[in-house]
Amino acid sequence: MLALIPLAPLLGFLVNASVGRRLAKTTSGGLASAAMLASFGVSLLAVWQLAGLPVEQRAIEQTLYTWIASGDFVLDLTLRVDPLSAVMILVITGIGSLIHIYSTAYMHDEVDSEYARYFSYLNLFAAFMLILVLGANFLVLFVGWEGVGLCSYLLIGFWFRKQSAADAGKKAFVVNRIGDYAFILGTLFIFVRFGTLNFQQLASMVAAMPPETGVFGAMSIATLLLFIGATGKSAQIPLYVWLPDAMEGPTPVSALIHAATMVTAGVYMIGRNAVLFSHAPETMLIVATIGALTALMAATIGLVQNDIKRVLAYSTVSQLGYMFLAMGMGAFGAGIFHLYTHAFFKALLFLGSGAVIHALHGEQDVRNMGGLKRYLPITYWTFLIGALAIAGVPFLSGFFSKDEILFETFAAGHWIFWTMGVVTSLLTATYMFRLVFLTFHGERRHDVPPVLHHDDASHRPDSASHRHDSGSHLHDAPPAMALALIVLALGSVLAGYIGVPHVLGGENRLAAWLEPSFHAPQATAVEVFEAEPEAGEEGEAGLELTLMAVSSAIALIGIGLAAFIWLKRRDVAASMARTYAGLHRLLLNKYYVDEVYDATVVQPIRIASQEGLWRGFDVQVVDGAVNGTGALVAAGSTVLRRLQTGSVRAYAGSMFVGVVVILGYYLWR
Amino acid sequence: MIPLSYYLVVSAVLFAIGTAGVFLRRNLITILLSIEIMLNAVNLSFVAFGRQFGNLDGQIIVFFVMTVAAAEAAVGLAIVIGLFRHRESLNPDAFATLKW
Repeated sequence: MLALIPLAPLLGFLVNASVGRRLAKTTSGGLASAAMLASFGVSLLAVWQLAGLPVEQRAIEQTLYTWIASGDFVLDLTLRVDPLSAVMILVITGIGSLIHIYSTAYMHDEVDSEYARYFSYLNLFAAFMLILVLGANFLVLFVGWEGVGLCSYLLIGFWFRKQSAADAGKKAFVVNRIGDYAFILGTLFIFVRFGTLNFQQLASMVAAMPPETGVFGAMSIATLLLFIGATGKSAQIPLYVWLPDAMEGPTPVSALIHAATMVTAGVYMIGRNAVLFSHAPETMLIVATIGALTALMAATIGLVQNDIKRVLAYSTVSQLGYMFLAMGMGAFGAGIFHLYTHAFFKALLFLGSGAVIHALHGEQDVRNMGGLKRYLPITYWTFLIGALAIAGVPFLSGFFSKDEILFETFAAGHWIFWTMGVVTSLLTATYMFRLVFLTFHGERRHDVPPVLHHDDASHRPDSASHRHDSGSHLHDAPPAMALALIVLALGSVLAGYIGVPHVLGGENRLAAWLEPSFHAPQATAVEVFEAEPEAGEEGEAGLELTLMAVSSAIALIGIGLAAFIWLKRRDVAASMARTYAGLHRLLLNKYYVDEVYDATVVQPIRIASQEGLWRGFDVQVVDGAVNGTGALVAAGSTVLRRLQTGSVRAYAGSMFVGVVVILGYYLWR
Repeated sequence: MIPLSYYLVVSAVLFAIGTAGVFLRRNLITILLSIEIMLNAVNLSFVAFGRQFGNLDGQIIVFFVMTVAAAEAAVGLAIVIGLFRHRESLNPDAFATLKW
C-alpha cells in the first residue's frame, strides 16, 4: 500500500510528460491534482493504520524488492512509514494537493504543452519527495534527495527563456550539488564505519555506544557531513544563497518546493537520524549555531527587500534556521512541529503573494503595490492570517511551534541562542507586517504607468496586453486559488492545536506521537518520554509561561513597530534608510554574500579552470602531447622520406648491400 | 672429376657479372638479362652441390628456379613494354617519379 503513495504522482508525471501536450488544460491539471489527492487519501489510510498500532511498534514497512545484493551487502528498496514520516507524507500530499489545485488557476495563461510540462514536473517532484521521506535507508532517501533537487532545478527554470530564471535554476542545482557531495560522503562514511545504511539498524547500533566528545569521532564526522548536505538542501549558511534566487520559478513552486516541502528535507533528515545526531554533541552545537545565525541573518535581510517573493524567501531561510536551532538543541519534536506549522503558513503566504502577483499581472515589487485590501479581500484576509501565524501571535499555529523551540532553547541553558531567536522573532513580525502594510494598506501605487521592472514577468505571453487595464479592474483570486488559500488559512490557525503545551492546559500530542521516531527501536523509549515531562514540572511551567508572554509581547511589538513605520509614518523608514545608509545598503545587498562567494569561490574556480585547466592543462599539456606526437612523426618523416628516391637501381643496390651485410654477419661471426 | 670449387668459382664469377650488369647497365632489357645470368649462376651452384653430395634436391630446385625465371621474364618484359609505351625510354633512371 505504501508504494501507492509515491506511485500515484509518478503515474501522473508519466501521463503528463508523455501525452500531456495533447491534453486540454482541465485534463492535464485535473489529472495531476487527482494524482496528488489519491496520494493524500492513501497517506491518510496509512497513517490511520499506523495510529491503530501500539505505540512502541508504530511502523509499517514495505519491501518492494532487493535493490543491491553484493556479497554481504544487501540493500532493499524499502518504504517505511513511522510517526515522523507520517507527519511528512501528510504535509507533502495535503499541502501538495492544495498547491496543485491552486496551480490549475495560476498557470492558466500558459499554453497547453507548457501547462502539462509544469504539472508533470510538479507531480514528479511530489513522487521524489515522498520517496525521500518514506525511504528506510540512506540510499533510498538519497534517490529522493537527488530527485527533488532535479525537479527544483526544472521548476525554478520553468520559464527558461528568461535568462535570470535559467541562471537561478543552475545556481540552485550547483549549490545543491556541493551539499549533496558532502551528504554522499557522509553516507559512505556511515557504511564504512557502521556497516549498514538502514536507519533502524544504525540507530540501534549507535544507541549502544556512549556519546562522543570532540569533532573527530566517527559519529561526529558522519553527522557533520550529513549536516553539510542538509545546509545545501535546506538553505542554511553557507549554502543558502540559491533559495532567494529560486523565486524566479512560478509562485506555487516557491510555495510547494521552496517553502513547505523540499527545503525541509534537511530538517527531516536530521530528525530521521536523531539518535545518531544526539550522540554527537559537538555537531549538535554546530547545527544550532548555524541555525540561529541563519535565522537572524536572513531575517535582517528580509527587512529591507522590496520583492514580495524575496522577502518570503528570506523568511523561509530564517524559519528553517529556527528548525535547525531546535534540531541542534535536541528538541527534535519541536523542530518537526515548526516544520509542520511552517508548511501551512508559509505555503499560504506564498500562494497569497502569488494571488497578488496574478492580480497585478506580474508585478512583484512592493513599492508598486499598496491599497489592495479593498480589491483582493480573500487574498488580504488569508495573507493576514498567514502573517499573524508566522509572527507568532498567540493561539495561531506559529505561536505554538516557535514558542516550543524558544522554550527548549532556553531550558537547555543556551541563552545566547534564545536571544538570537527572540530578536529573529521580533524581526519576523516586523518584516511580515511591513509586507502586509506595503502591499494591502495605504494608497495605491500600481496605477503609475507601467515601468518594465527587471523582476517583471515578461514570460506570460499576454501580460503586455493585460497591462494597460491592470489598474482599472483587479480580480481577486479565482475559485481554485481561493479554495487553496482558505484551506491553508484554516490550517495556519488550527494546525498548532495538536501541539499545545501542557502549561496552557493542552497536551502536546504531536511530540508524543513523534517520540518513538527519535529513539532507537529497542531502547526503552516509553520509559524515557514518560519520565521527562514530570521532571521539574512546577518550575518549568512558570518559566514556560513567562517565556510565552515574552515572545507574544515581542510579536506584538514587532507588528506595532511595522504599523508605526509603514502605516503611520512612511517617512520614518526613508529617513532611517538615509541615516543608516551603510547598514541599509549592506542589508539591501544581502551582506554582499553573493558577491563574496563570487569573488572567493566562483571567480577563482572559473579563472583556475579557464587559465589553468583549459588554457594551461588542456591546451598546453593534452593538446600539446597530441600535437607534439604528430609534429615528431612529421619531422622524423621529413628526414626519412629522403630515402625513397624513386630510383629502382638505388633500391636494388641497397637490397644487395643489405643481403651482403647479413650474409657476411652469419658467415664470419 | 672436376672438383666442386671450380664450379663454385664459375658460379661466383657469373653472379658477380650479373650483379654488375644490374647496377651498371642503363637499359631495362639488359638488366633483365643480367638478372637471368644471376639466376643461372645460382642454378649452377645448386646442381654442383647436388652432384657433389649425390642428392637430387639440387636438381629439383633448379627446375623450380627455371620455371619461375621463365614466368619472371614474361612478366618483366611485359612491364618493360608498358614502361616504354609510357615514356619512350628504356633507361631505369627515367622512371624515378615514385618518390617523396
